[in-house]
Amino acid sequence: MNIEKKDLLQLYYYLKLTRRIEDRVTALYRQGRILGGAWTSNGMEAISVGYACALEKNDVIAPYFRDMGAFLARGITPKRIMAQYLGKKTGVTGGKEGNVHAGDINLGVLGFPSHLADNYPVAVGVALSFKIRGERRVAAACTGEGGTSRGDFHEALNMASVWKVPVVFICNNNQYAYSTPVRIQMAIKDVAERAVAYAIPSEIVDGNDVVAVYSAAKKAYDRARAGDGPTFIECKTMRMHGHSEHDAAKYVPRELLEEWKKKDPIINMERYLISNKVSTEEELVNIDGRIKKEIEEAEEFAEKSPLPEGKEALEGVYASPI
Amino acid sequence: MAEVTYLEAISQALDEEMTRDSNVFLLGEDIGYYGGAFRVTEGFYEKFGQWRVIDTPLSESGFTGAAVGAALMGMRPVVEMQFADFISCAFDQIVNVAAKNFYRWGGKTPIVIRAPFGDSVHGGAFHSQCPEGFFFNVPGLKMVAPSNPYDAKGLLKASIRDDDPVIYFEHKFLYRRIKGNIPDEDYVVPLGKAKVVREGADISVITYSAMVHVALEAAQVLEAEGISLEVVDLRTLLPLDKNGIYDSVKKTSKAIILYEATRTGGVGAEVAALLSEDMFDHLDGPLIRISAPDTPVPYSPPMEEFYMPRVEDVVKAARRLAAY
Ligand SMILES: Cc1ncc(C[n+]2csc(CCOP(=O)(O)OP(=O)(O)O)c2C)c(N)n1
Repeated sequence: MNIEKKDLLQLYYYLKLTRRIEDRVTALYRQGRILGGAWTSNGMEAISVGYACALEKNDVIAPYFRDMGAFLARGITPKRIMAQYLGKKTGVTGGKEGNVHAGDINLGVLGFPSHLADNYPVAVGVALSFKIRGERRVAAACTGEGGTSRGDFHEALNMASVWKVPVVFICNNNQYAYSTPVRIQMAIKDVAERAVAYAIPSEIVDGNDVVAVYSAAKKAYDRARAGDGPTFIECKTMRMHGHSEHDAAKYVPRELLEEWKKKDPIINMERYLISNKVSTEEELVNIDGRIKKEIEEAEEFAEKSPLPEGKEALEGVYASPI
Repeated sequence: MAEVTYLEAISQALDEEMTRDSNVFLLGEDIGYYGGAFRVTEGFYEKFGQWRVIDTPLSESGFTGAAVGAALMGMRPVVEMQFADFISCAFDQIVNVAAKNFYRWGGKTPIVIRAPFGDSVHGGAFHSQCPEGFFFNVPGLKMVAPSNPYDAKGLLKASIRDDDPVIYFEHKFLYRRIKGNIPDEDYVVPLGKAKVVREGADISVITYSAMVHVALEAAQVLEAEGISLEVVDLRTLLPLDKNGIYDSVKKTSKAIILYEATRTGGVGAEVAALLSEDMFDHLDGPLIRISAPDTPVPYSPPMEEFYMPRVEDVVKAARRLAAY
């Protein structure tokens, strides 16, 4: 696939932005400034950046909680994200929810319910509406490999295939679901084998290669737009941090992490851009400088933003209050 | 006697029951090798092996259904939901299979579902819920919710030995904060029995789980004002101990029902309905519910604080009731 320079640089920008924002989230969490939990996509950024950047503006995503890259690529700004983590009124959900438990319908981002794969059938419904109305839009849904053990996952794949709706299912296979390794999660070698039972074509890609994820996603979206139905994309990767930032992940063999450290998606992309003469080192340094500044501003914005008032908890239960 | 935390009490109950009865085994996500998200089953995997402490796929409906099947074959499975919030994924297996087996066709289904619930970790809408209300009108199901280590251990043992499906709500806030002495020897706390945890003369506060501690704190505040609260810890939510509730209200003639779940259609409504049906002649004031509001659990600290029932809510309500 021939990808234009501006698109490649955009992929790089979002990769790096995702890494830097999540590094700040981790730091703030450790300082006790972020309450609750902090889950990151460290080492897996290429997946959500890749699948989200390959979409068109009016497509819709159903991300899961390691899809910070998709949030950013859909246009949820660092300011709103940092404010969200700090529970501020200016955050994506105005303080109602924390971290990546957020959505923005205007940007085509469905809110993530913790219950993994709950949004898989929902994404099928999104795609169904596109089909019924004859719109050339697609839906993309993502979950971890653990989430693929849920009934909702299987019901979604089945319906999507029977109805041939324009949905693309993405799986972040980072080899662990909390402490549970893939080998006791499922008896198959590749998650993609699950799609076979539903007659859904699948592709397995290197989840640490943003260009590969982007290209596979683009191809699948084209297929969906052409009316040829769903595709399943398994992205192989590794969760480099604990399940959440409180978890030291002692159950993950250190050698495995060492091995995957060498495959860091950001370093991968830098190497790709430079060796293919897409950009110079200087250009990349400039992009990073811009990102650092953007995050600083976002953090300042978030810090200065007000918290909601307690009684605002009562607002917004109904869309049509009675 | 030894002093243990609420969490240790739960852990001990599981350990002792597994040692006593080889039919008792555990299923859940990350409970084996890892020892559980809250470390309740730490060391169990090494002690009991992988077929008695089963690390399941991420399939709540699946492993709850599997527990039902094993229970029908005479096993005594204890299922762990990583957070009570995820119990909704197993709703059908609990409500339509486990709870109705015995009535419909005599199939005994002795499963226990451990559900770490309640607000404590700033978890927002999906790591803080009190879902007992969802299950409150399911005949055939039992529900317990201990407030202290003694009851936590005794109720879990009783639940495991009981022949019906029991949802065991364990409060995350209490895990490491609440300590208490428990006997060294084997004991159970019978299902279906409330307990007066503080005697008082003026107003009964009918409550359970973490809110028991809120009630006790309020009782101390009010004592200085000459208002005497009696605190009734329900311990079993389904079926409710009507007599335990009535005995207290006969004495005080006034009642507050305090609970952390959302307001509508749950324990508060049911206790109030029972009291107005059966205790009308004894009541000297309105029944007051103190609960969370009817909203999802919000994340941002000011809203979360607003959401949770507080000591001063109980104090205010008690002052109001005392005037009757
Ligand atoms: C239905 C459900 N059960 C349990 C959980 C608790 N939980 C949160 S993340 C997680 C592991 C998820 O693994 P996976 O789907 O592989 O995603 P990953 O974290 O590896 O990205 C678990 C068990 C949940 N969110 N939803």
